[in-house]
This record gives sequence, C-alpha cells and structure tokens, in this order.
Amino acid sequence: MSDASTALLLPLRPSVPVATEQSWVRRLTIAVALAFLFLFLILPLVVVFVEAFRRGWEGYLAAFQEADAQAAIRLTLTVAAISVPLNLVFGLAASWAIAKFEFKGKSLLITLIDLPFSVSPVVSGLIYLLLFGAQGLWGPWLMAHDVKIAFALPGIVLATIFVTLPFVARQLIPLMQEQGSAEEEAALTLGASGWRTFLTVTLPNIKWGLLYGVLLCNARAMGEFGAVSVMSGHIRGLTNTIPLHVEILYNEYNFVAAFAVASLLACLALVTLALKSFLEWCHGADLAGSAIR
Amino acid sequence: MPAAQSAKRSQAVDIRVTGVTKEFAGAAALHHIDIDVRPGELLALLGPSGSGKTTLLRIIAGLVEADRGQVFFGGTDATSLPVQKRQVGFVFQHYALFKHMSVADNIAYGLQVRGRANRPSPAEIRRRTSELLDLVQLSGHESRFPAQLSGGQRQRVALARALAVEPRVLLLDEPFGALDAKVRKDLRAWLRDIHERTGKTTVFVTHDQDEALELADRVAVLNQGRLEQIGSPDEVQDHPATPFVMTFLGHAARFAADIRDGRVLVNGKPVPVGAPRSTIGQAGLYCRPWHLKPTETDQGHCNGTISGIRRLGSMRRVEVLRDGGVKLEVEVPLQTSLKVGEDIGLEILDGVTFRD
Repeated sequence: MSDASTALLLPLRPSVPVATEQSWVRRLTIAVALAFLFLFLILPLVVVFVEAFRRGWEGYLAAFQEADAQAAIRLTLTVAAISVPLNLVFGLAASWAIAKFEFKGKSLLITLIDLPFSVSPVVSGLIYLLLFGAQGLWGPWLMAHDVKIAFALPGIVLATIFVTLPFVARQLIPLMQEQGSAEEEAALTLGASGWRTFLTVTLPNIKWGLLYGVLLCNARAMGEFGAVSVMSGHIRGLTNTIPLHVEILYNEYNFVAAFAVASLLACLALVTLALKSFLEWCHGADLAGSAIR
Repeated sequence: MPAAQSAKRSQAVDIRVTGVTKEFAGAAALHHIDIDVRPGELLALLGPSGSGKTTLLRIIAGLVEADRGQVFFGGTDATSLPVQKRQVGFVFQHYALFKHMSVADNIAYGLQVRGRANRPSPAEIRRRTSELLDLVQLSGHESRFPAQLSGGQRQRVALARALAVEPRVLLLDEPFGALDAKVRKDLRAWLRDIHERTGKTTVFVTHDQDEALELADRVAVLNQGRLEQIGSPDEVQDHPATPFVMTFLGHAARFAADIRDGRVLVNGKPVPVGAPRSTIGQAGLYCRPWHLKPTETDQGHCNGTISGIRRLGSMRRVEVLRDGGVKLEVEVPLQTSLKVGEDIGLEILDGVTFRD
C-alpha cells in the first residue's frame, strides 16, 4: 500500500525502464558486462595501437614503406573490389527471388545461403583447393590450359566470395519479405517496366539495408583470414592479403610492423562500426523492415 | 446528365471474362467464371474470404495469370497482354503508395515512367496532378509523404494515382477494407461520386454486403471459386439464386418445408409463399427477419423462446431460440411488449424456397 502511494508521488518518466531487480544486481551485471568489454575488446584494440607506435610515428610509417606491405594492401583492396560487387549482385538476386516469388527449393536456398556461416572458413578454403589445386579435381585441366586459380588472385576472390556470401542476402531477405510486392505491383499496373520498377520502387525501399549489408560484407572481405590463408599459398608480394601479411610479420618477430599493418584493419573495423551505428541511428526503421506504411 | 459526362460514358469499355479458371497448389480458386461488366458500370465482386474474388480481380488486371479462360476489354482480347499494357487503374487494399515519394510524385508516377514519345511535358504532368488532387480533395497536400497522411487520405491518393494514367477500367481491391467505419461510409459516397464523374467501368472487391449493395450497379456474388449470382442489388436481395446468396446477404432463418400441389408447408401448416406445381418434396424455406411475425404460442408455424432483444435503427430485432436449438431473428416495431425469456409462436409471412 505504501509502495503504491510513493510510486504515485514520483514523477512519471516513461523513458526509464521499470526496475524490478535490486539496484546491486543491476550494478553488478553492468559491471560484469563492462569488464568483459574492456578486457576482450577495448584493451586489445588499445594494445594494437600502442604496439604499432612503439617506435614512434617513423616506425609506424616504415611498416607501410615496405613493398610487400603495399602489395598486400593493393591485393586486399582488389579482392574486396571484386568480391563485394559480386556479392551485392548475388544478394540482390537471391533476396529478390526469395522474397517475391514462390518456387520449389526455396527453403533449401535459404539454408544454403547460411552455409558459409556454419562452415569453418579453413574448410571452405580446403574445398576450393581440392577442386582447383594442382592435385585437385580440375587442377590438371586448369594447368594444361594455363589457368591459375589456386595460389593466385582468382582463388583468393573465390574463397572471399564464399565466406561473405550471406551478408547482403541475409540483410535484405527479411526486409523485402516485410515490404511485400504491393508497391512493385502498383508500379507495374501504372505501366512501369520491370527494370524501371526495380530502380524507382524496390531500390529506394531497400537502399539503407543494402548499404548496411555491403558495409559488413566489405569488412569481412578485407579481414578474412582462414579461407584466404588456405587458398593464397602465402606468396610474399603476390598473394598475401593484409591479414596474411600481419601473420607473417608477427611470426618473424617484426612486432611493430605487424601491429602497424594490423592497425589498418582495426581502423577499418572502427570506421565500419561508426558507419553501421550511424545507419542504425538514422534509418533504423528502414533497416529493421518495420518501415512506415 | 451533362454532355461532358455522357461523352465520358460513351468512351467507357466493357469487360468480358469468359471461362476463367485458376488453381492454386491443386485447389481450385476459380471455376469457369463468366462475367460481363457493362460499359461505365460499377460492379461489386462480393464474397467471403477465400471465395476467389481478389484472384478474379487480379486476373482481370493481369497481375495473376489464369490457367484457362479469357479476358476482353472493349471487345479486344487482353488475355495475353502484360499488366503494363492493359491500361488498368488498380487500387490496393493497403494503398501500396510509394513510401519514399511525395503525394505529387506518387500521382505523377504513371506519367513519368512513360516512354519519351508518350510522356506529357513537365508542365502538363503538374497540371494533371493538381487536377487529380482537386478531384480527390487533397489540394495542398502535394508535398506530403504517405506516412503523414491518414488512412482515408492515403486511399484517395492511391485512387488519384490510378486515375492519372487514364486507365480504360478501374479495379479496386477491398478499397475500404483497412479503414474504420466512419471513414468507410464517407468514402463510399465519395467513390460513387467519382465514378459518376469519370464514368469509368469499375470493378471493386468487397466482403461487406452493405458496401456492395449500397454502392454497386450490379453485384456478383462469389463463393468457393464459383459465381453464385450476378444481378442488381434488388435482384440479388429479392430473388437470390442460391441459399448461399440468401444467407450471405443478410440474416436468414431456414425452415424445413414440404412442397405439395404448389403449396409450401412448414410443420403441416401452409405458408403464403408460391411454389411451382411441378416441384414436390422436401425443400428449405429461407426467411428474413421481416418475413416473420411473433404470435401466441402454437398459433404460428413454430414455437420458440426469446433470448434477446436489440435495437436496430427504427426497429427492434428479437432473437428467438427455436425448439430444435436453432437461433433466428425476427423484426418487430420499436414499441413492443415482448420480453426476454417469453415463449412465443412465429408466423411465416414470406420467404424463398430452395430445393435441398
């Protein structure tokens, strides 16, 4: 009774959630969560930059003067520049087909799209090696025709595409399912062609979700280690991406250079995170699919 | 009718649907439907959910392909025309406005997407858009976005958008289905008015019999993918073709009847309903609430107990529980001495018989 009367006297603030736990429970859980965050995320990130700048600004920059490091950066950018657009096309096509049409094998397709999430990247790299490697299924034929896939750019791109396959599609499928096909049908009845409908109606409705998916896809494409490690063959200056280059430097006890190059990936992660948060903050409704009707 | 309107009327085309059949996953959604929509007519496709009415409308629009059968607009076969070429104006139940476009851009969309040769000049598009905004009484809202409009306003924008391309026919799928009762009533009268002014052949889908009967020139009643009856509101109400039409258009009580020598008997007593001499045997007699009259117990065709009394406009509806446990409704004047719990007899004044 007295509880109820004091509750009535308190000002009503709807933004404050009703706390049913005792305050020490709340404080403890928050403290545990923050401790974990600090220990496993913030501390390592700080260490990366501290180690990278251990020999000062010159030492940091020196890591990028090296020809191998520049080759690794170039290769990573090339791989991302090829695999991200290809995944964009695949993701759009797959989510369009799944959200707007009924066909046999649809649930199988959805399961397959998720496969790269459940398969270890190393295993997927190995599978491609078994197919395209010198001792692989198609290896001899490829050698005979002078086509290099394994231990070359095409192999790295293949492995990266496999690993990043789900990102765009996963983001778009629920969004497109939620939006349905009514707007597209309306455009068609008004005389718009299929392509025109896609450009003027579908694309504007999914653009933020698409950007979000591409952002995550890109971060993974640049940072992928396992699958690429198997497919690249670690040829310095030729088939080493940034993550592979970091590993090599580290194994050679070249810590400053290793952390300096690693800081590039850390920066990429931070920029991705910032853009992602910005998108969620500005276009949260469009991303979740609960777009205003 | 002013000259301009009759001119518009004469441009209206008829829609002919012949033998349209559609199956979904093995189950028949439409069985061999034949419907003629007259030029300038306002036709309602009425039926419960799952009756195939929306599928039929979408087949007419070209959004769904029929398995068999043909669709003609003004005598030309449109069956194989893609939806873009059919020149239909389609209004969706949930508006389907383009969320990211302003009201004006929504309305102008159908003109903007035309090929350069057929596209009106920007000034002409602006003129048409504002004309349509006037027609749907939304002038001053051109720069609003769909999210900033009420449901009724959105549906009016959807109609303006459909009219902008000057369609040959207008098709509306449950146009008021998502709106509340008051707005629905207002929009009904307004749609009737728009139809009068544009004179376009119009087909609309509804599950609401009041809406269909109030609005339409003719009503096509569909049930389980079959056309039960097509006729004017008076025809379907006064001369229902099937028991389904009778029961779907309003409350109807069914009595087991015996037809002998051109007379209809209920519980051995004759009913003042005509029947052809040739029909003999068991039949169902369907009665509206105003076809029944309360009398003393054992004086009418059956007995029952009053289980409830409600007011319905200028009359009262009495709910009667018959001996067999069947509930039926009787209409009585506002001033009545009947009380809940009272046992009464019921006299049948009129009704429609259907052979079982």
